[in-house]
Formats: sequence, structure tokens, C-alpha cells
Amino acid sequence: MERRPRSFYILAAFFALFVLFLYGPILTIGILSFQGPQGGLTFPMNGVSLHWFRDLFQEQAVGDIWGAFRRSFALGLMVMVTTVVVSVMAGLAFRKRFAGSALLFYAAITSLVIPSILISLGVGLIFNQLGLKIHWATSGFGSQLTWTLPFGLLIMFAVFNRFDKSYEEAARDQGATSWQTIRFVVLPIIAPSLIGVALFGFTLSYDEFARTLLTAGSYNTLPLEIFGMTTNVTTPVIYALGTLTTLFSFAIIAACLLGVWILGKRRARLGSDAGKGV
Amino acid sequence: MRLKNRHVLGWLEASPLALVLLLFLVAPIVMIVIVSFWGATEFSIYPAFQFDNYEFLFGSPVTYRVFLATLKYAFITWALTLAIGFTVAYFLAFHVRSLTMQIALFLVCTIPFWTSNIIRMISWIPFLGRNGIANQTLISWGLIDEPLEWLLYSDFAVILAFVHLYTLFMVVPIFNTMMRIDKSLLEAARDNGASGLQTLVHVILPLTKPGIMIGTIFVVTLVMGDFITVRFMSGSQRANVGRLISNDIGLLQYPSAAATAVVLLCTVLIVIAILLRFVNIRKEL
Repeated sequence: MERRPRSFYILAAFFALFVLFLYGPILTIGILSFQGPQGGLTFPMNGVSLHWFRDLFQEQAVGDIWGAFRRSFALGLMVMVTTVVVSVMAGLAFRKRFAGSALLFYAAITSLVIPSILISLGVGLIFNQLGLKIHWATSGFGSQLTWTLPFGLLIMFAVFNRFDKSYEEAARDQGATSWQTIRFVVLPIIAPSLIGVALFGFTLSYDEFARTLLTAGSYNTLPLEIFGMTTNVTTPVIYALGTLTTLFSFAIIAACLLGVWILGKRRARLGSDAGKGV
Repeated sequence: MRLKNRHVLGWLEASPLALVLLLFLVAPIVMIVIVSFWGATEFSIYPAFQFDNYEFLFGSPVTYRVFLATLKYAFITWALTLAIGFTVAYFLAFHVRSLTMQIALFLVCTIPFWTSNIIRMISWIPFLGRNGIANQTLISWGLIDEPLEWLLYSDFAVILAFVHLYTLFMVVPIFNTMMRIDKSLLEAARDNGASGLQTLVHVILPLTKPGIMIGTIFVVTLVMGDFITVRFMSGSQRANVGRLISNDIGLLQYPSAAATAVVLLCTVLIVIAILLRFVNIRKEL
């Protein structure tokens, strides 16, 4: 192998600094959440304890953290399932040009780049004028979809751009109906990418703030609850909460990556021997 | 008949997406445009067709200052995220040799994207605060005698947070385009005697432009539409357009908020229209 040039080491150091920059702060609050009962928001550590984590599980003076967590979790699942189904359908549709497809595509891009506060404000105003009550599961749900669906759609574009159409043609040649082709050929092939779409759907919803702000109604989602806490909680309990919810996000990401990896393994094991001269 | 079928089938498959976008994107925008012409009292809003909101908006020097501040945030963040993002992507794409390692390091860069922005902002407090790590370190090194006050709750903190939150929106598309550059082009450049730097500037950079454009669109629109990072990291001491809107909302001045929102949306769309002239997004995925 070729010797590495000097620029490699400089760039590697830069990359390491970048990773430190990305993860350093979150590690810091991870450490600080183990502050002793007398400890403050910054170093030095005043002893080491689980005090602030215990505090989280006790009755809170302000807010309803666990209720907010349950709502965010439920909403995340709703958004995840909807995002996967709607993105796959739209992805299939966009494989062929249809009247108005360009318009719909630009609408999806607009949905991605529009300042979030416009969605929040607009949806809030509509519900208000129609006399409907805003609620996280209705107005909040719809607003979050405007953020997750474009991501899902873009992933589906990337997937179908690389999709080998000859599999479908083979299925059709052997007499599969178009539904059978999708169900037994297309969906299994794109399955790992669907886990990716699901990951985007869930985590983007679970952490969504700006589009949910004016559309969640009287029951807060977790990010709204945490933001509320920043103004009136001055103890490391907020770090403890931050650490827990970040660990939860990491667990979800790890589960998804594991899922993709297992699918890949299974596929390699059960793969076809076509063309291998067996 | 077949031709017609194709359009009908396309719309059937795309109808859920179209429905969501119609109800929660198009309708809200239309509503905001309508309400921007309405009037407001202290407690309520009433339908009208008047230009008062826009007249007030364009007549106030605050508006221009705040729009300028917003563009300034967008520009500085763009320059920094581009420089950092390009370097990181370049390292990953051309200096890391095994594909497994590339994927692993790429994931390391993207994982924070799937965690909470609010938490990631909060996590700067122990770093930048008056008694934070940065100040304590600088004092112990003898570089400063008194804690620096401008670390937290300042423009510095706002831009630091933007760069922290949004650099990966640059890394991902740039890395994606770089990975598709044919390696034989680089060999050809070297065979013809180009130095590493010349290859970078004359071969890699032009071929990476689409990725840079997509990253730019993400970063610029996210920063221009932001209201929470500026509020949180500046301790409510700085303003951008998003905060102007959210303050009006807080005061129940919806028509005025709507008018500002319309102007913000137009600004963002103009910026994107300009950027889109340089790239075809659908081809680049």
C-alpha cells in the first residue's frame, strides 16, 4: 500500500477535532448530570451521585416530563409509520413522469426549506379560524409530516435511482401482477432503505420543535417541555433529562442500524446462486 | 388509454403526499398571506383588506436591521459550515481508504442529526458560561484574568451553535457527490503532473459543486428561518426575522406576524431560486 501523504495526518487531526466539537458538549452534560446534590450547572463536580436522575422520576414541581415523553413517543410512531407508507407510495409514483409531478416535487422541496415558524403559524391560524382545537395528534401530527415527508421522499429518490428495473421486468415476464411485483419483488429489495426512512420519521418527529410549537395545544411534546424547563429550571436535572433522552435517541439509531445490518447478513446468506455456476 | 392510466396511477400513488402538503403546507401559506392583510386589536384579529401591516413593516428601521442581521447570520454560518464540511467530506471521501471505515466515520458525523437540537444547544452552557470550561481553561493558562463575557449570550454563541447544529447538512451532500467522482479522473490529473492542491481546485472542487449547492440551500434556509437558536444562544439579546415573527405571535399580533412571515418566505424563495439555477437536485440523489 502507498505511504500516506502528510496532508492525511493534518486532515485526520482536523476530523478528530470536528468529532470532538460534535460530541464534546453532549459528553459534558452527560458527565455533569451525575453532579452531587449540591452541584451546579458547571464544573467542578460537587461529588458524584444519581441524585438528578432520581429527581426526574419523582413528582416534578414544573411540567409533566413523563406525560410529554409518552406523547412524543406515540407521535413519533404515528409520524414514522405515515412517513414510510406515504414516502414509498410517492416514490413509486415519481418513477414515471405524470401530469403535475414537477409541481408536486417542488411543493415537497418547499416543505423542506420553508421556515418552520410559517408552518407553525399558518396551521395554528387555520385551526383557530375553523374553530378547531389544536392538539399534538392532529395539528401537531400534520405539521411534523411537512418536515419528515420530504426527507422520506428524497431517500426514496436515492433508492429508486439505484434500483435495477430488470428484477421487476423478470417478475412481470413470469406473470406477476403489478401488486405482486411490488409486494414480493420491489418491497423486499428496498426493505433496508425503509428502515432508514423509519429512522428519519421517528427521530425527526421525536426531536421536532419549531413546527410543533404553535400546533401542539395544551399538552406539550418532550422537546417543548425541555425548552420550557430551560427558562425556569436551574439545576442539573435538565442535564439528566438531556442525557436520558439523548441515550434514548442513540438506542433508536443503534436499533435501526442493527436492523439494516441483520437484513444485509440474511440477504447474503439466503442470496440467490444464480450466475454462480452451481 | 394507457397514457391516461399512467397519470391517474401516478396521482393515486402520490395522493397521500399531495393531501398532506395541501393541508399542512399550501393551506397554511395561503392563510398567512390572507391574514397578513387583516387588522388586529389588542385582543383579537378581524378580517380586512388593508396594507397597514406591510406599511408598518417597511416603514420601520428595525425591519431592515433585523433582515440584515438575519442575512449576516446566514452568510457567516454558510462560510464556516462550507469550509468545515468540505474539509471533513474531502478527508472521508479521498483519504480514508476502506469503505467500511468511510461508512463508520460518516455515521459518526451524522448521528447527532438524529438527536435533539434543544439538548445540543443546552449542552453549550457548561462550556461557554461565565464559570464554564472555556473561561476556566483560559484563566488557568493565564491567557485572561477575567472571565470573557461574550462567550455565551452573544453573536459568537449564536453562530457557534448554528455551525454545531448544521455543519452535517454540508458534510452529507458534499460527501455524497465526492463519492461519485470517478477515481480515474484523479489519476489522470496526477499522471499529467497536477499537484494535490491543483487536483483539488481544478478537478474535485468543480465536480463537487452540486453537493455544495444542496448543502448551501439547507444551511441558508435553516438559518434564515430559525428563531429558537438565536433566542436561546443570545439570551434574547439578539434578533433575527424568526424572532420578530415569534414575538408578534406572543403578543397575539397575528396579522403583523403574517406580514413579516410573507416577506421572509419571499426572501428565502428568492435565495433558493438563485441557488437552484446552479443545480438539478433530483439528478444528484
